[in-house]
Amino acid sequence: MGRSPATTKDDAQALFHSLRSAYSATPTNLKLIDLYVVFAVFTALIQVGYMAIVGSFPFNSFLSGVLSCVGTAVLAVCLRIQVNKENKEFKDLPPERAFADFVLCNLVLHLVIMNFLG
Amino acid sequence: MARSLGFIIVLLAVTSICDAVAIFHPISESHRSAALELFSPAAGSFSGLEEAYEALRTFEVLGIEKPDTKDHTCNSVVDTLSSSSSNLKDLYHSLRVNGLLKCKTSKEALTGTVSRLKGGVKEATTLLDYYYSVGGLLLVKDQSSEVDVLLGNADGILRSIKALSQSDGRWRYSSNNPASSTYAAGVALETLSGVISLAASAIDENLIGTLKNDIVKLFDSIEKYDDGAYYFDDKVIDASGHQGPLSATSAVVRGLTTFASTSGTLNVLYTIPEEKILGLARFFLGVGVPGNSKDLVSVPLILSLPATVLSLTSNDKLKVRVNTVLGSIAPPLSVKLMQVFSSGSKDAPVLKEELKFDPKEAIHTMDALPEGVDIGEYVFAFEIVLSDPEDKRKYATGGRTKVPIHVTGVVGVDNAKLTLLEGDSVESEKKLNLPGKNDVALSANHLQKLHLSFLLTTPLGKPFKPHQALFKLRHETGVEHIFVVGNSGKQFKIALDFLGLVEKFFYLSGQYDIELIVGDAAMENSFLQPLGYVELDLPKVPEKATRPPSQAVDPYLRYGPKAEINHIFRVPEKRPPQEVSFAFLGLVFVPFLVFLIGLLRLGVNLKNFPTSTVPATFAILFHGGIAAVLLLYVFFWLKLDLFTTLKALGVIGIFLMFVGHSTLSHIASVSVKVKSA
Repeated sequence: MGRSPATTKDDAQALFHSLRSAYSATPTNLKLIDLYVVFAVFTALIQVGYMAIVGSFPFNSFLSGVLSCVGTAVLAVCLRIQVNKENKEFKDLPPERAFADFVLCNLVLHLVIMNFLG
Repeated sequence: MARSLGFIIVLLAVTSICDAVAIFHPISESHRSAALELFSPAAGSFSGLEEAYEALRTFEVLGIEKPDTKDHTCNSVVDTLSSSSSNLKDLYHSLRVNGLLKCKTSKEALTGTVSRLKGGVKEATTLLDYYYSVGGLLLVKDQSSEVDVLLGNADGILRSIKALSQSDGRWRYSSNNPASSTYAAGVALETLSGVISLAASAIDENLIGTLKNDIVKLFDSIEKYDDGAYYFDDKVIDASGHQGPLSATSAVVRGLTTFASTSGTLNVLYTIPEEKILGLARFFLGVGVPGNSKDLVSVPLILSLPATVLSLTSNDKLKVRVNTVLGSIAPPLSVKLMQVFSSGSKDAPVLKEELKFDPKEAIHTMDALPEGVDIGEYVFAFEIVLSDPEDKRKYATGGRTKVPIHVTGVVGVDNAKLTLLEGDSVESEKKLNLPGKNDVALSANHLQKLHLSFLLTTPLGKPFKPHQALFKLRHETGVEHIFVVGNSGKQFKIALDFLGLVEKFFYLSGQYDIELIVGDAAMENSFLQPLGYVELDLPKVPEKATRPPSQAVDPYLRYGPKAEINHIFRVPEKRPPQEVSFAFLGLVFVPFLVFLIGLLRLGVNLKNFPTSTVPATFAILFHGGIAAVLLLYVFFWLKLDLFTTLKALGVIGIFLMFVGHSTLSHIASVSVKVKSA
């Protein structure tokens, strides 16, 4: 197209800014859930990094640690989908009910994780 | 025939008691008790007339008191004699028992028996028929003088019996059966003599002459043992089942003696050499038979020694006993020691030393052994000389009796010394006290020599060569070396040159225990004496030297404790250093902190938390329930097992569901109210 690299950089920045402003419009509870997901994912990454350094000796422990983070992140994402008011599919589902599901699934997930932790 | 069976049984029992083969001993209490045991009647009576006869005869010969079965046995005798259905064999046996017991028999019974026996003689076809009938008639003749037992056709009977004879001296049992045996010959001779004695009229002399020739031919088939015993043997088992040299020999001897004792035929015995008769007596003695002194013409005299090992130290006297076969006292005689053979030599000077007779103990003794009898093995030759020349007919002395004698004594060990030599010069000399305790301590190297010497002398001062003269060196590890000590005359010497023995000793240096062993059967003071030790210094072991033999390991050592087994487990994985792990533990909490900080930044609040009491309680309980579940998971990880956890989880879960439902439904209703409002 013949645009200069500075323009591309400007475009990226503009994109980033528009994303940020759009994101700030989301309701707080959804941001809360997003934060939780980020926390879980980061914890998983740190565990993977640790394994990379010291080796995967108790592999079951590694798996359970990573999968607990990933699992809880997935459940949080499901919760976010169900709670999001803009989502037409789950219009009739009360958010408390979604939260109750989230809590129950987490508890079951963590029971399995604890069992697998060894 | 049956008589010999009884004797055979006694002999077999008696043989187990006395094992005399070369040295003969007369009859003793052991024989008598064996006979009593064997022949005691079962349930108070004998099982048959034959057995009864054997038992009674054995008791009579051995001089044992007869058991009290006379009545019962007599009853069966009388029954057999009077019954008309008895056969010749039964009649014969019952007559024999009658002869021993002297039962009351009626004249009619005897007459009937005699007529049956005479009829048996006329109709007889086999040797045994003749034997029973003629024997029965002879017995009747002995028991009663009223009945006529004489045989009319004695010549004819003799001829028919003779027809069963064979050219080699043996007899057949019947003309149908070609089997012959020496046993049958004995039976035939007995029968023939019976016929001769029962003959009503004189018998043809030629016939008796041919019978004498038969006896001589029979004695040609006699066999001999090495110790001088003669016997007859039947190689073939004859029809009656008896076998073996004992029955054959006893039958022949019995036949011979009855033949010889019948009138007019005494001179037949002089055709048989005395040596053979004595040999037969030896045979019976060797098997243990108690012969009857009335049976044999000349009684053999047995020379026996109560002790054949004499000790010079205790001055044992030579004792000799002379008895007849049954142990009764011999007639007055003297015993002379004729020759003393030392071991191995065939020749010896003739001594003719007479032994003194002690009438109280009936023993001939010699106070002192002949001169020159030293320790060792000898054969003493004795001769019996009867005082009364008339006795020579009645008693057989058996010529020269050779008896092996063993003389022991104390061997003197003198001048014993152990010398250590360097080259030719004596380095050290130790006197030894043999055979006493010694404790020598020497030390030598491989360039030196060890000498041991001592003198051995017999009690008479002559040189003595023992069976064993050994010198033993034993290393502390157990390796042993044995050397034979050689001798020249009295002097025993051994010289060990260590230079030559270095290889034999496997180059083992160290302490060697010394032992000297001197022993012999004739030596009363044989010894195995530890002498002390010698500390040997040998050169180092070269590469190619043979190793000493490994000593036997104490077999009980394998039951001791064994080496500990170290199990090799799976190598544990390499774990990271603790610092790294702790660092990452801290690092893991960082996102959580970031989450908390982000929550604050978002402006999280608890505005919607219910304020009124009941919903508040439920809300608190709801959060408390979740916290409890998480705590339970922590405990589950730390120490609980799954099943306990699940049980607890079920409890808390039900509680939580109830509480959570109420809380969330309360919040839901609140938000609906807010929406609708």
